[in-house]
Amino acid sequence: MTKVKSLADLKKMKETLQTKIDIREKGDASESLVQIKVAMATCGIASGAKAVMEFLMEELDKRGIQAVVTQTGCMGYCYAEPTIEVKLPGKEPVIFGYVDNKKADDIIEKYIKNGELVDGIIPTNFESIDNK
Amino acid sequence: MKDLSLHILDIVQNSVVAQATIISIGIVVDKKNDYLGITIADNGNGMSPALLQRVMDPFTTTRTTRKVGLGLPLLKQNAERTGGSMDIKSVEGRGTDLMVVLKPSHIDCLPMGDMAGVVAMLICSYPNINFKFSHRVGANEFAISTPELKEALDGLPLNSPSVYPLIKELVSSNLDELQIGELG
Ligand SMILES: Nc1ncnc2c1ncn2[C@@H]1O[C@H](COP(=O)(O)OP(=O)(O)OP(=O)(O)O)[C@@H](O)[C@H]1O
Ligand SMILES: [Mg+2]
Repeated sequence: MTKVKSLADLKKMKETLQTKIDIREKGDASESLVQIKVAMATCGIASGAKAVMEFLMEELDKRGIQAVVTQTGCMGYCYAEPTIEVKLPGKEPVIFGYVDNKKADDIIEKYIKNGELVDGIIPTNFESIDNK
Repeated sequence: MKDLSLHILDIVQNSVVAQATIISIGIVVDKKNDYLGITIADNGNGMSPALLQRVMDPFTTTRTTRKVGLGLPLLKQNAERTGGSMDIKSVEGRGTDLMVVLKPSHIDCLPMGDMAGVVAMLICSYPNINFKFSHRVGANEFAISTPELKEALDGLPLNSPSVYPLIKELVSSNLDELQIGELG
């Protein structure tokens, strides 16, 4: 693959991307996407949230899973950072704690792909938590 | 924090929470003068003089999920440990300017870390915020902004899958070149 070094290169890459995305997105409303929030306050970042977010963004794309990965403020589980919230289409959001790349891999393969539960779910009776 | 890029990611979250729509991140490296400057400026809600005064004290925070704010005091400490400093100017309703100076030759100076990843991550995960990033090493500079990237992507959203790796590569190849330029 050619290296992207300039805005012009990006523009070229975009053409090939666009076709790939058009195909994938046929019939896809954002409601049918997996939505993931990574807690990115000081406590989260200090314990590795950035690496986890990067892993999720790269791997979900490589594995062809339609997902939106966003950042959010502290979810209030500083003791269990990094934490992420995963919302599968049509399901209640679930929060996972102590997420590293290996755990994130498990979450993708087991929970996101097959709906199987994995270790590290933080029990909670919450309304979806947005910034603070 | 393990490195300066993570500090920057953290400080920018403050600007996001303060509802900034424009966030500028500037890095200046001047090896001859043993100088590393980082500026983060936003047009968010700003801070009152009273809050600003208390903000370097680790027992100040306006967040509700935990009592102690750590982001700013940690960065200040890491700057001062190298013989550098941190300075904040803020105007309520206008925005906040943060300026950090470090001495890169000091043994306690944190490494830069994955700045390209941090810049790409911020740009892609907050597509509605206008980010401006510039990195100057000696006489050479690399700059990139959200509007330029949006234009190049021509309607393809910044947060669509596969865009992040491209932007990261664009930033990292240019930052690598800055380093090579400095050595050559
Ligand atoms: N750019 C900014 N604009 C407006 N207010 C700010 C800004 N940066 C910091 N503040 C104020 O200063 C407080 C302290 O910030 P600091 O980053 O140290 O801690 P925190 O964000 O509250 O918590 P933590 O960073 O530990 O997750 C914030 O709660 C906020 O009220
Ligand atoms: Mg903070």
